[in-house]
Amino acid sequence: MEHTPPPFFNRGPAPLVRLAFFATLSLALLVLDARFRYTESLRSVIALAVYPLQVVAGLPAALGERISGYFVSQAQLREENAELRAKLLDSSLAAQRYEAARAEADQLRRLIGAGERLPLKSQPAEIVYSGRDPYSRKVVIDKGSQSGVRAGAPVLDDAGVIGQVTRAHALAAEVTLLTDKDQAIPVQVVRNGLRAVAFGAGSSGMLELRFMAANAEIQNGDRLVTSGIDGTYPPGIPVATVARIERDAAYAFARIVCQPAAGVESGHYVLVLENEARQAPPPPEEAGAGGDRRPGKARKPRRRDGETIP
Amino acid sequence: MQLSDAASQRILLPVRASTILGSLALALIANFLPWRSVALAPDFVALVLVFWCVRQPRLVGLGAGWLLGLLIDVGNGVLMGQHALAYSLLAFASITLSRRILWFPLWGQALHVLALLLFAQGVAALVRLALGAEFPGWIVLVGPLIGAALWPLVTTLLLMPQRRPAEVDETRAI
Repeated sequence: MEHTPPPFFNRGPAPLVRLAFFATLSLALLVLDARFRYTESLRSVIALAVYPLQVVAGLPAALGERISGYFVSQAQLREENAELRAKLLDSSLAAQRYEAARAEADQLRRLIGAGERLPLKSQPAEIVYSGRDPYSRKVVIDKGSQSGVRAGAPVLDDAGVIGQVTRAHALAAEVTLLTDKDQAIPVQVVRNGLRAVAFGAGSSGMLELRFMAANAEIQNGDRLVTSGIDGTYPPGIPVATVARIERDAAYAFARIVCQPAAGVESGHYVLVLENEARQAPPPPEEAGAGGDRRPGKARKPRRRDGETIP
Repeated sequence: MQLSDAASQRILLPVRASTILGSLALALIANFLPWRSVALAPDFVALVLVFWCVRQPRLVGLGAGWLLGLLIDVGNGVLMGQHALAYSLLAFASITLSRRILWFPLWGQALHVLALLLFAQGVAALVRLALGAEFPGWIVLVGPLIGAALWPLVTTLLLMPQRRPAEVDETRAI
C-alpha cells in the first residue's frame, strides 16, 4: 500500500530536486548569456533593481570625502587655486592654438576631399562602483542610456582613454577597462605613426602590444595614441607609454608592455564620448551602393570613421 | 556541546522575516562597497546566506541563494548565472550540513564555513575558467579565509534580535 505522509509534514520538493532545478536554470542562463546574449533585457531589469544598492554602498565613501573636504585649510585651498589658475592659463593657450589648427586642418581636409571630422560630444560621469570580479576589469558609471550613453562609447579621464562602455543600462553603464584581458584598442605610435593594437594584460594593470614584429620600430618611452581606425575611438587620444620591450630571438614577435596613460584603475570622474554621431549613416553612396558602383562618382568621401593617418 | 557555545543554548525567539531580509540587504550593500582589492574582500552575501541556511533551512534556501546570485551577477557585470549557480550549490551544501555544523563550537563552525565558502569560490572560478578567463592567482583564496574568520562575529550579530532578555522574573512558576 502506498504510504504518504499527512499534508502538514509536506515540505515541498526534496532539496536534491530543488538543487537540480536551480543548477539547471543557472547553467541555462550561463549558456544563453555567454553564447547567444539573449538575456540583455532581463539583465537591464535586474540592473535597475541593483542600482539603488550600489548607490547606497557608495554613500559612505562620498560622505567621507565631503567631511574631509570640510577640514581643508585655507592655505591648501589657495595653493590649489593658484595651481589651477596656472593650469587654466596653460590650457587656454593650448586651446586657442588648437582652434586655429583645427580650422586649418578642416580646410586642408576639404581641399583633399576627405570627410570632415565631426565634433566630439562628451558628458561627465562618475564611477559609482568598481566591479568585484577578480577575473575581469570593469567599473559601473552613473550615466546610462537615459542620458544617452550607448554601448561602445569610449570613456576617458583627464589623461587619456580608460576604457569602453560595454553595456548600457537605464541609469548606469558598465565600462570595461583597457586593462581587461579581452579589451583591445587600436593605437598608433606618436613618433613614427606605426599602427598596432593594444590588449589588456589582465591583473598586472598594463597593456600589451601583440603581434608586433621583433624588429618593429618602437622604443621604450614611445607614446601611443588612438589611431581612430576602428571608428570607435576618435584619433589622437593618449592611451599608453611603452614601458618595456622584450625581444627574444626564439619568437617572431616582440613582447611590448605599456603603461596606461590614464588612471585606469584609480580615477573617480570620467568623460563619456558619444559615438553616435560617428555611426550616423554616411552620405548617399551607401544608399545607391550594394555592388553597382556608378562610374560618375570618382571621388567618394571616405567613411567618416575610417580616417586613416594623414 | 562546548561551554563556549553556552550562550546559544538559551532558547531563541522565532526569527522575524525582517531580520533575514534586512541582513541580506546589508550584505548586498557590503558587497557593493568600493573595495580596494576585490580579491581580498570577503563575500558577505555568501556568508550571510550560509548563516541563514544553517540556522533557518526551511525559510532560506536554494531559491534565495539563486536570486541573490543573480543580483550579484548583474551588479558586477559578469555572466548571468555564475554566482547564481555557485550560491545555489552553496545553499544546498549549507542546508545539508546544517544539523552537523550547529553541533560544533563557533571556531569549529567557522572551519565548516571556510570549506563552504571555498567550495562556492571554486564553483565560480570553474565557470570563469571554463569560459576562458585567466586565473587571477591564489589570492582569491584569501577572501573565503577572511569570511570564515568573520563567522563568530556574524553569528553574534545576527542572533542578537532573537535573544531573549536575561531572565529577571524570580517568581515565575516555570
